[in-house]
Amino acid sequence: MSTPTTETHERTEGPVTPAPRAGTPRLLRWWPAAVLLLLVVAPFSAVPVPGLLDGPLGSAGSLQLLATCLLFGALATGYDLLLGRTGLLSFGHALYFASGSYATNVFLLEAGLPFALAAVLGLLFGIALALVLGSVSLRVTGIGFSMVTLAFAQAGSILVSRNPGGITGGEEGRAAPAGLLPSWLVGIDHTANLYWIALAYLVLTLSVVAWAVRSPTGRVWEGIKENERRVEVLGLKPYGFKLTAFVVAGALAALGGIVHLLLTGGSTPQTTTSDFTLSLLVMVVLGGSGTRWGPMVGGILYTWADHRLGDLAGSGTVADLPAVLRVPLSQPLFLLGVLFVAVVHLLPGGLARLPSRLRAVAHRKETADQ
Amino acid sequence: MSTLVLLTMTGLGLGALYFLIASGLSLIFGLMDVLNFAHGALLSIGAYGTWWAASGNLPGAGPGGAGFVLAVLFGTAVGTAAAVLLELAVVRPLYTRPREQVLATVGVGLAVPALLSGIWGPDARTFPGPEALSGTFGLLGAQVPVNRLVLIAAAVVVLVALRLFLGRTRHGLVVRAGVEDRAMVTALGIDVRRAFTLVFAIGGCAAALGGALGGLYFGSVDPRQGTSLLIFAFVVVVTGGMGSVTGAAVASVVIGLVQQFANYYTAAGLGDLAVVVLLAALLLIRPRGLTGRLA
Repeated sequence: MSTPTTETHERTEGPVTPAPRAGTPRLLRWWPAAVLLLLVVAPFSAVPVPGLLDGPLGSAGSLQLLATCLLFGALATGYDLLLGRTGLLSFGHALYFASGSYATNVFLLEAGLPFALAAVLGLLFGIALALVLGSVSLRVTGIGFSMVTLAFAQAGSILVSRNPGGITGGEEGRAAPAGLLPSWLVGIDHTANLYWIALAYLVLTLSVVAWAVRSPTGRVWEGIKENERRVEVLGLKPYGFKLTAFVVAGALAALGGIVHLLLTGGSTPQTTTSDFTLSLLVMVVLGGSGTRWGPMVGGILYTWADHRLGDLAGSGTVADLPAVLRVPLSQPLFLLGVLFVAVVHLLPGGLARLPSRLRAVAHRKETADQ
Repeated sequence: MSTLVLLTMTGLGLGALYFLIASGLSLIFGLMDVLNFAHGALLSIGAYGTWWAASGNLPGAGPGGAGFVLAVLFGTAVGTAAAVLLELAVVRPLYTRPREQVLATVGVGLAVPALLSGIWGPDARTFPGPEALSGTFGLLGAQVPVNRLVLIAAAVVVLVALRLFLGRTRHGLVVRAGVEDRAMVTALGIDVRRAFTLVFAIGGCAAALGGALGGLYFGSVDPRQGTSLLIFAFVVVVTGGMGSVTGAAVASVVIGLVQQFANYYTAAGLGDLAVVVLLAALLLIRPRGLTGRLA
């Protein structure tokens, strides 16, 4: 009898916050803030995290890896705005990420602009590119859209590796000019600053996505994902809404490219390839497409595994194994690919669904026992 | 003139390679609506299978004469088996979830090249081929490598065989009808799903053959070869119309020639760019072109 009353109470208190499930302590609802706080103070800590990280938490190497993980967590979240929120399967997301990185770098190197200005121009370039190519790509739907975005991204990738006028550096990529960057962003001593930038980017992406999907436009995105024809019948034109999603996701990706430029100290052609987009796709599906935290978890887990599994392969425990086990274990991409196929088959909805699934299993057992 | 002949023959050879990948891709998409991202991996499996056998690991197989034919047969058989396994183990359980089918093939497409590079290393391996196929022959004043002819011949054989299969056999009829209207075929009481495994086997067979002969064309095998060819196969499939074998044949010739000539007469790499832009342009001009019909 008491449950409905609590629910009404919750609703009047604030329509935005989801009502806590029966039995969940109110304090637990604040876990994102607690995690964020822990992440903010992480550079000051010297706690060793054996197995998970190589050095102590606050060391430059660990912070670099953590920052990369956070960056990709954010990128996957931004990509899910297309895949999980609007139902658009884009194979060209790498293009907007790379354009942010390369454009900023070129503005720095070729025009000698100060970093802040170059970053703003790089971001604007990424947004403009997303707007132009998005408005063209979205003229087709379904798998056609996927292939047009793939074609554009591949064209970008070929252009970058062709090195027109020597501005992209071809296969080598191009290092960012350390002299033009603010001194607090350069060098191993300042890894903590880069880490905070990556963290800030993650928070920004999560906020933008959370805010956007709750906005009226976000409701329409959900409708388009469920049934585009029905949205049309309601008198709304899906094209504009899809383009908005595409440009917002492209802008977030371009911003991520700028963060990546700072974090790795340069632009590499690997970020332009279709493999890069596919890895984003794997992250999103692994974590749970269309959920708030899923893509972020998938991105962090994938990046961490990709880095750490490689180290693990070099370690003694794996090197002593027979070849049948050693060879697959030494290939992070193989393990991630297999894990991805397994998740697609066995865990629709990704890792984000795992808690609710376990709860359902436990609940079923409970009712069976009674 | 000799440059023209050489470019034409190389373009046709490349087109033949594209056709071997794209024909299966096209049939699979036409029948099942699955864009098979693991198709490049099947090509790599065929290439590595042939390389492994021709390097003297398979008794009877070797780099020359009948031994090489056996090696190619072995590589093709391994690729076909891998394709059947892929359909039965990965694609079939997701029959009711079309988007997840595509995602699962993406996962396989990532895992297989990684496994290959884990076993045989990430670097390119020299591909052993018979003496007779490594030379050149004179054609209208040009010295054309023989392996181009082998690829073209293989593609023609596959095209004729596929047309005969689709046009003259009962299974081919089911496949054609399934591409046309899958729901109707099911309503007539025919189990289309059995045809799924069949098209995967055919597609895997052609792709693996492409991999085996592509090794001759490139002179080496590496784990990422198949994946990098896949995008051009997509271009061919879209240009030729999904589900159309003849369309794929014409399109692959056009794409191969355009790519070679543009790469030679303009800046290198511009041909690749032209082909990719062609894909986008085609999709935008005729968005309905994706639903091709079998001919």
